Amino acid sequence: MSTRLSSGGRLIDRSAARDFTFNGKRLTGYAGDTLASALLANGQTLMGRSFKYHRPRGVVASGAEEPNALMGIGKGSRFEPNQRATTTELFDGLEAESQNHWPSLEFDVGAVNNSLAMFFPAGFYYKTFMFPRPAWKHLFEPIVRHSAGLGKAPKDRDADRYEHFYAFVDVMIVGGGIAGLQAALTAGASGARVLLVEQTAHWGGRAPVDGVEIDGQPADEWIKSALQTLEGMDNVRVRSRTMASGVYDHGYVLAYERLTDHAPEMDGPRHRLWRIRAKQVITATGALERPLSFAGNDIPGVMLASAVRDYVVNWGVSPGDRTVVVTNNDDAYRTALALHGAGLAVPAIVDARATVTGDLPEAARAAGIRVLTGTGIASVKGKKAVTGVTLCAQAGEGAVTDEIACEAVAMSGGWSPVVHLWSHCGGKLTWDADQACFRPDHDRAPTSHDGKPFVTAAGAADGVLGSADALASGSNAAVAVAEALGLSATASAPSANDPAETPMEAVWIMPQGAGPAKRMKMWLDYQNDVKVSDVRLAAQEGYESVEHTKRYTTLGMATDQGKLSNINGLATLASALNDEIPNVGTTTFRPPYTPISMGAIAGEARGDVFQPLRRTPMHAWHEEQGAYMEPVGHWRRPYCYPKAGETHEQAVHREVLATRNSLGLLDASTLGKIIVKGPDAGRFMDMLYTNMMSTLKPGKCRYGLMCNENGFLMDDGVVARIDEDTFLVHTTSGGAEHTHGHMEDWLQCEWWDWKVHTVNVTEQYAQVAVVGPNARKLLEKLGTDMDLSAEALPFMGFATGKIGGFNTRVFRISFSGELSFEIAVPASQGRAFWDALHEAGAEWNATAYGTEALHIMRAEKGFIMIGDETDGTVIPQDLGLGWAISKKKEDYLGKRAQERSHMTDPTRWKLVGLETVDGSVIPDGSYAVASGTNANGQGNTQGRITSTYHSPTLGKGIAMGLVLNGPDRMGEVIEFNKVDGTTVPAKIVNPVFYDPDGEKQNV
Amino acid sequence: MLILECPCCGVMADETELAPGGEAHLKRYGPGSSDEEFEGYLFHRVNPKGVHFERWRHANGCGKWFLAARCTNTLEVFATYSAQTPEPPQHVIDAIAARRPNWSIEA
Repeated sequence: MSTRLSSGGRLIDRSAARDFTFNGKRLTGYAGDTLASALLANGQTLMGRSFKYHRPRGVVASGAEEPNALMGIGKGSRFEPNQRATTTELFDGLEAESQNHWPSLEFDVGAVNNSLAMFFPAGFYYKTFMFPRPAWKHLFEPIVRHSAGLGKAPKDRDADRYEHFYAFVDVMIVGGGIAGLQAALTAGASGARVLLVEQTAHWGGRAPVDGVEIDGQPADEWIKSALQTLEGMDNVRVRSRTMASGVYDHGYVLAYERLTDHAPEMDGPRHRLWRIRAKQVITATGALERPLSFAGNDIPGVMLASAVRDYVVNWGVSPGDRTVVVTNNDDAYRTALALHGAGLAVPAIVDARATVTGDLPEAARAAGIRVLTGTGIASVKGKKAVTGVTLCAQAGEGAVTDEIACEAVAMSGGWSPVVHLWSHCGGKLTWDADQACFRPDHDRAPTSHDGKPFVTAAGAADGVLGSADALASGSNAAVAVAEALGLSATASAPSANDPAETPMEAVWIMPQGAGPAKRMKMWLDYQNDVKVSDVRLAAQEGYESVEHTKRYTTLGMATDQGKLSNINGLATLASALNDEIPNVGTTTFRPPYTPISMGAIAGEARGDVFQPLRRTPMHAWHEEQGAYMEPVGHWRRPYCYPKAGETHEQAVHREVLATRNSLGLLDASTLGKIIVKGPDAGRFMDMLYTNMMSTLKPGKCRYGLMCNENGFLMDDGVVARIDEDTFLVHTTSGGAEHTHGHMEDWLQCEWWDWKVHTVNVTEQYAQVAVVGPNARKLLEKLGTDMDLSAEALPFMGFATGKIGGFNTRVFRISFSGELSFEIAVPASQGRAFWDALHEAGAEWNATAYGTEALHIMRAEKGFIMIGDETDGTVIPQDLGLGWAISKKKEDYLGKRAQERSHMTDPTRWKLVGLETVDGSVIPDGSYAVASGTNANGQGNTQGRITSTYHSPTLGKGIAMGLVLNGPDRMGEVIEFNKVDGTTVPAKIVNPVFYDPDGEKQNV
Repeated sequence: MLILECPCCGVMADETELAPGGEAHLKRYGPGSSDEEFEGYLFHRVNPKGVHFERWRHANGCGKWFLAARCTNTLEVFATYSAQTPEPPQHVIDAIAARRPNWSIEA
């Protein structure tokens, strides 16, 4: 069992106790502990269950690569699942719970999967899809869904705050180990703007734990002074608890800063996402130790040798009284010596190599530790905790030569450089056979916009493992980067002590001749339960590509993304395929390096500031009236204005009738308004619209259709010609920006020699539609210097003048079929004008109406609505709008496309009106059913609904739709489907339901 | 995330400021063109692994369209230049040739 040592622990403060709970149990640790070290100090070695077999799992690492010790942290609105205990700093009141078990961590029903393991081999999921087919739906899926998944998703709204932060630097250095610090010192001295980030709370990486001496002093001293120097440089910023999560094109880097996770009582945002543009990036991200593949290597108590060393040296935690060290390299001897130095027993160092003569092994021998060379672990004994190991010859098949009782196993299979950031943006790797690892290929670095390399690896991340070499590597990287920036830097690195080492030897399986029974107990990916036998099976079943094997076995697909398992998995696959590791290759490294919170990704973009809202000058009035608002583009428009006790339907009904019978007022400010001006404006307008605009007389309005080059209708609206050179284009509310962009595209990229410019003036004007039989009376009552009579200002005319003291432009246009004046005033006067209209209009019961009443009234008149009658596949000819298409013009955008065979096909569905036989309303999205079925066995259709409403004016359901040969089938009754499977009969009629002769609007 | 220099306002613009507009230097075919010509203009686009001429708009900036010569494989940017040109200007072709000696505009 693990426990706290009576002394030691360079990171903990024994005078500052920290209380926390684990699965409800009250425990105590120290300031400086991680959750993992505190749990181990409390004897809690069992920390979770694996994903597939629900096997008991303990912590295996001490840092970001941890695959097993995943916890749910916090509660309620601050609950977060899948947090690694090894990177969770302990604080008072921390609440943690283990995951993926039922009913409890100690006793888990799902562990029955473990005894059925032979039925859950590689590709298990895929195989369940295949045969027998009904078994997936009724048997496998419910079981898999119940037992799969790690932590629970939080249910409450996140109570914390997050932010984004932008930074521009010359050099971004990732990793605060000695190589990163030295790189920052050298780069900082060159005058470059430097940002140095370190993912943990501590600087110096492994050097202090490994007993490195720099310039004759303990590493801690050098690190402290290096940091002081860096903090004194104005051009250098350093940030701890900040993980560079990804390197992207052209020097874009994302970093994830955890500000208050370690101290939730602090004010300010919890996480900060740094969005960085770096001219150059140095990755000094260190290396990760690899596990060894021996039978039982997943039993709680089996840990990475470096992790065991961290727990002893950094946190004063013993992994158990007796620890067997198993290795293929000299570095693990440091763990044996650290354990020995802490007064703990190391019964044996099991070394797969035949002869071992390095300084560290000699020191271990001198300390009296038994070193067994040429030896491997035959199996680990124990179920929920290690009780011992059996040994065998590494060269053999696993015949037991000895047995040793122990509580922990410290394993080391060598070190893999962290090449993730190097690889994210295209950096290639090369296989280093001596160190059995992939390392950055300097000749194939990621390149930036200028085609030149912008990422440089340094230290252990570059495969440079010795401390003196790592310091030099950091300095050299900074010199190279400074040169690329046109700065000058001088290479200088302090000296460091490095022991003479015996070269490591690649060991991918232990013992090398292990048979199937042992391979079934050798774990590669702890979290996803992928074993050596699974990868071999995948290879045997033909999954020879590493990317296929990964997906088939789920190797490396867990939340740790294969940080521990990738290289061992590749080696296993290579061996099964009888190929070389570099030929098998790696899977793709993708950001983020470790998971980042959804909150950090969202940043401030939530709630009210998720998206900017556009408000008309009358917006506050609508809110005061309790209007029910709906989104229209980025605008919010009143859908209707329900009075007390009124449903929305009743409100819409009232608004329509009030407008039709007396006077309605609509805030039409969102209407798009674009000025098109210049000597060639007429010519340009003729290209934009399907009809002739150049012949429009100043002072007149004309309705027009705008198509894209594909021929499809994209926008419509009324154009007013202000003077010979100036048109005012009205667009749909949601379409102003898009239409303006469309105009600019053609003007800038095709007809750049035409003398035209365009301005989007949508927000410069407030606009009110004054609608209804009493509309003119209201305007005359307010007083005007214009003659608004039907003779002086007929339908489709406009005038400029004063109404009630306001400067206005009055358009005689109507989207409702009533007598209607659309009046534009400067935006700043919009609210005052609106108020004046309501005040003076009270005697005619002036009624504000919303978008739904607007829609109903336009549908009653058979006017199309972009987005209802059109969906990007509809041409004007489909909508009976042939009258608005010029036959005289040689060209307009969309004309050639409308001549294509499919566009002139007489069987295209055409617009008609539809009246239900029983007066009901046809459901939105309904299709007209036809007899027979198509090739897929689906019922045939002969049309579809585009708009459907209850008409308060006519007292029945009306609709518009596109129907096969529709205009030729007037009076015919066809059936429209409903969600319940029944149909509703509707008669094909003229789409103009109300006042077909325009008697109401032309007065 | 790309950075392109807007030749109109001179800003080194982040991709979030830009809107893509597809292949550059298309010749417009209107009424009177054959079905094949029009189909080519409307639908057929090159998709090279390598040098590509493309349209970009500095949408969240100065609003102007411009053209870029870019490598779709390495994302190297050879040049950005005015949209008011029917074909790549010589200095752009030279800039590409300097970096891609085996490239020619016909390829």
